[in-house]
Amino acid sequence: MATDRAVTVLRAGPLAVITDLGRPGQAHIGVPRSGALDRDALRLANRLVGNPEGHAGLEVLLGGLELRAESNCTVAVTGPPVPVWRHGGGAERRAVGSHQVVYLRAGEHLELGVPDAGLRSYLACSGGLDVPEELGSRSTDLLSGLGPAKVSDGDRLALGTAGDAPADASPVPASVPPPLVTVPVLLGPRDDWFADPAGALRCTVWTVGPASNRIGLRLAGEPLERAADRDGQELPSEPVRPGAVQVPPSGQPVVFLADAPTTGGYPVVGVVPESALGALAQARPGTQVQLSPR
Amino acid sequence: MRLLRYGASGLLIELPSSASVTAAYRALRAAAADGRLPGIVELVPAARTVLVEAAAGARVPVDLVRGLISEDPAGEPGEGADPDSGERPTEVVIPVHYDGADLELVARTAELSVAEVIELHSSAEYTVAFCGFSPGFGYLTGLPEPLRQARLADSRPSVPAGSVGLAGEFTGVYPRSSPGGWRLLGHTDEVMFDPAANPPAKLAPGARVRFEPVD
Repeated sequence: MATDRAVTVLRAGPLAVITDLGRPGQAHIGVPRSGALDRDALRLANRLVGNPEGHAGLEVLLGGLELRAESNCTVAVTGPPVPVWRHGGGAERRAVGSHQVVYLRAGEHLELGVPDAGLRSYLACSGGLDVPEELGSRSTDLLSGLGPAKVSDGDRLALGTAGDAPADASPVPASVPPPLVTVPVLLGPRDDWFADPAGALRCTVWTVGPASNRIGLRLAGEPLERAADRDGQELPSEPVRPGAVQVPPSGQPVVFLADAPTTGGYPVVGVVPESALGALAQARPGTQVQLSPR
Repeated sequence: MRLLRYGASGLLIELPSSASVTAAYRALRAAAADGRLPGIVELVPAARTVLVEAAAGARVPVDLVRGLISEDPAGEPGEGADPDSGERPTEVVIPVHYDGADLELVARTAELSVAEVIELHSSAEYTVAFCGFSPGFGYLTGLPEPLRQARLADSRPSVPAGSVGLAGEFTGVYPRSSPGGWRLLGHTDEVMFDPAANPPAKLAPGARVRFEPVD
């Protein structure tokens, strides 16, 4: 029976949340998009196990997660390369690796190590995690308190009905997140609030700050200076979107990520395109980031 | 009206007033609802701007958007635009117990009696200019001049859900318990945001709102 399909999370690690592609289309009522920070990695994990790309999986921060299959299921781990083991609950572990299809029999465990580089692993199970939807999504939104609570040790997560077995079970290549991440930033809407924003961005290498989270990536470096005619001015609240590079008076930018609020009061100097946000989702504190103005 | 780039698939429309934002937002929302604005995933108003966002990889049809705004019954948006021209949206009435912790402070600042503050706040008609801060938190414009007062010098670490407050040109209701720096006039027992309800937010942008005093 499909209803008996489940996995039990034995150890959640530092932070594991349920995630899908989020809650688009509701920003006007203050609902953040939320969903996977590295959307391509979640999509890939789902494709590997034969799911539609938007099924709910786990977003695992810095590995360390262990789960037990309560029924036969197919799983895959994506994101940065990370050690993955399958075992029967005893001491003997078999390395199976990330970025490939893993078949678990009922009672078998899957364990994630810690990635050498990068931050967030994505784990998909055949049939997807079947937790109740809230506003059209199963994603945990840490800012708004929407969706399920973060995953705790001992949580039993139901799985949906599995589709056809994946057509191609060969591993896919994984890329190692680099120590210097360069992402494009499309200047605007408020680049005119800053003195030579393109020049300043071009010659600044930022460092990802330790307070970064699912709401935003906090960058530290040479402060971006306000244009002389904008110094001390306040901007009426504006819509903000994932990818927006907002610059508070400190001049230290925050790149908003999926759980960001829908409006904000500081000028947005530029916007990182959707396609580059996955790379930022994998940037650990201490990673160097260059915002390349376009 | 000024059009600003917001990433590869977004367009930020800057307008001269909150009223013109509401007029533009209503026109765009109505067009999106009946299929005249295909491919748009988000329409988000704020204080002086409206964001139009297409799906990732797509572009906002700029000329179409420009046309929809200027063919709006309010005409070319400007300081004098009437956001309520055309079809009037339904009015949301929110019952309020005027027992807030800052009622006296608001009265003193306005040089009015508490009864006059309640009368003033509950006799005005408001418009939800935009939402933000938390799901279902609406920023309502239309606040009578004497009630336009600064935020508290120190935010409260926790404001109970349903608290009715004001700050600057806005009044609003906290949908859930959160930190907050607005001056509190009272509270409502209404549920302002319920993810399981349809619609989930009692106050969506463009809605007209009145507060009704209850004991």
